[in-house]
Amino acid sequence: MSDVLLSIDNLSKGFSSSGRRVAALENVSLTIAAGETLGIVGASGSGKSTLSRILLRLLAADAGAIRFEGEDWLALSGAALRRKRAQMQMVFQDPLAAFNPLATVGAVLDDPLRIHEVVPRHRRTGEIAMLLERVGLSADYAGRPVRSLSGGQRQRVAIARAIATRPSLLVLDEAVSALDVTVRGRILELLVELQREQGIACLFISHDLAVVRAVSHRIAVIDNGRIVETGPATSVVVAPQSDAARALVAAVPRLVTDPF
Amino acid sequence: MSDIFCSLRQLSVTYGHGAAALDRIDLDIAAGERLAIVGESGSGKSTFARALADLLPERAKVGGEMLWPALGHPPRPGRDFGFIFQDPGSSLNPVLTIGEQIAEGARRHLGLNWKQAYARAEELLGRVRMPQPDKVMRAFPHQLSGGQRQRVAIAAAIAAKPQLLIADEATSALDVVVQAEIVRLLDGLVREDGMTLLFITHDIALASGFVDRIAVFRDARLVEAGPVRSVLSAPQSDYTAELIASHRDLRTPPLIAKAAS
Repeated sequence: MSDVLLSIDNLSKGFSSSGRRVAALENVSLTIAAGETLGIVGASGSGKSTLSRILLRLLAADAGAIRFEGEDWLALSGAALRRKRAQMQMVFQDPLAAFNPLATVGAVLDDPLRIHEVVPRHRRTGEIAMLLERVGLSADYAGRPVRSLSGGQRQRVAIARAIATRPSLLVLDEAVSALDVTVRGRILELLVELQREQGIACLFISHDLAVVRAVSHRIAVIDNGRIVETGPATSVVVAPQSDAARALVAAVPRLVTDPF
Repeated sequence: MSDIFCSLRQLSVTYGHGAAALDRIDLDIAAGERLAIVGESGSGKSTFARALADLLPERAKVGGEMLWPALGHPPRPGRDFGFIFQDPGSSLNPVLTIGEQIAEGARRHLGLNWKQAYARAEELLGRVRMPQPDKVMRAFPHQLSGGQRQRVAIAAAIAAKPQLLIADEATSALDVVVQAEIVRLLDGLVREDGMTLLFITHDIALASGFVDRIAVFRDARLVEAGPVRSVLSAPQSDYTAELIASHRDLRTPPLIAKAAS
């Protein structure tokens, strides 16, 4: 692939736990090209969420650098950071916790359009309808409280909110893990379609290699805060090189359908 | 199949004045079998587990019959069945040591004194493959990882040698690697002790790897039940077929086209 959209260089982060220093991330380096999906897969406690939180500037790194769209992402602050955030949006595991529970769907989508001045005021209602339609919901959802939606519908709204600012990168942290399997498949399809249409790059984080594999061009395996393996999705799945990757491959539940 | 352990006839549960959470379920559970209850959110699978364990809230209205021919009486919690919840962080008591909470069941139901009960607790921690059981005995739940806590919850659930083990989404909060270990552990324990296992899950593939029979629930109804191989290879209902088709593993073709590079 072509242009590097995001590059992470030797990122490290430690936490202290009862006097002990625990490395959550150690010298993590990664790149994502424009329009590419990089899957990050690892077990609980491997550092996946620390990585996404640093990337989203919710947590400060101890060392290392991140360049995003050619700028020093960790050096941005204040108004410049807020403006630039429009280009990097996120979808979390539990969308209800990520929304104001009293808000309507329309209000949730209106916020980013207003704050980032994506479209003029008189066109916002139309834009909201278009975003809803884009994620497979009808325009009349705008008047409904977020609370009244099912988990899958909420996650569609979360995706609509994330793409409202026309970002170049979406960070998805366990975005489908809480959904039922039938719903999960449709959300994954939606993500792939959006990427194809709009050329958005994705960082797709999950503990489930089968889900990561479904949507990723390349996969990075993280274990104990270190990237232990990176490669095209197929090679990581077919010929895992590290113990962590082999364990993840072996742990994917397989449908046993053969009759005795 | 062997003797019937539990027999359910027209079992219904309603909360308040809403729609039925379980609607006229007819199902027999054979002694010593491993039965998976598979369903998505709102299917009634957890209500089913809670109805069997008599853990429904007071406002729940229960109809139909629940018979326990093998026991001859309603099952006593802890003694006749053990229950493993999804979140061991909230099912374990945060202010008791691991040793105390496992020993409690053994002391109460097996007539052991505390010393014997502690010895049994330590032995059980070994059986659930907990590293350094002697140290873990003195630990508190918050000092353990999610997977370790679930091992402790399993040890506590089997402490009084129950005949039935109910696992309600016991692996859903764990990552896939730990999930695979816990499923292997449960499978081994019920085989060794000849326990009946009720494995409640949203993941039909996970169940397909080790249970004897599968019962599929949807919208409070039992959709179909049968031996695992026949349900998986020739599902009777469209819904079961959809569940099977929605499963992704590493053999499923990826959704993205081959990398553009």
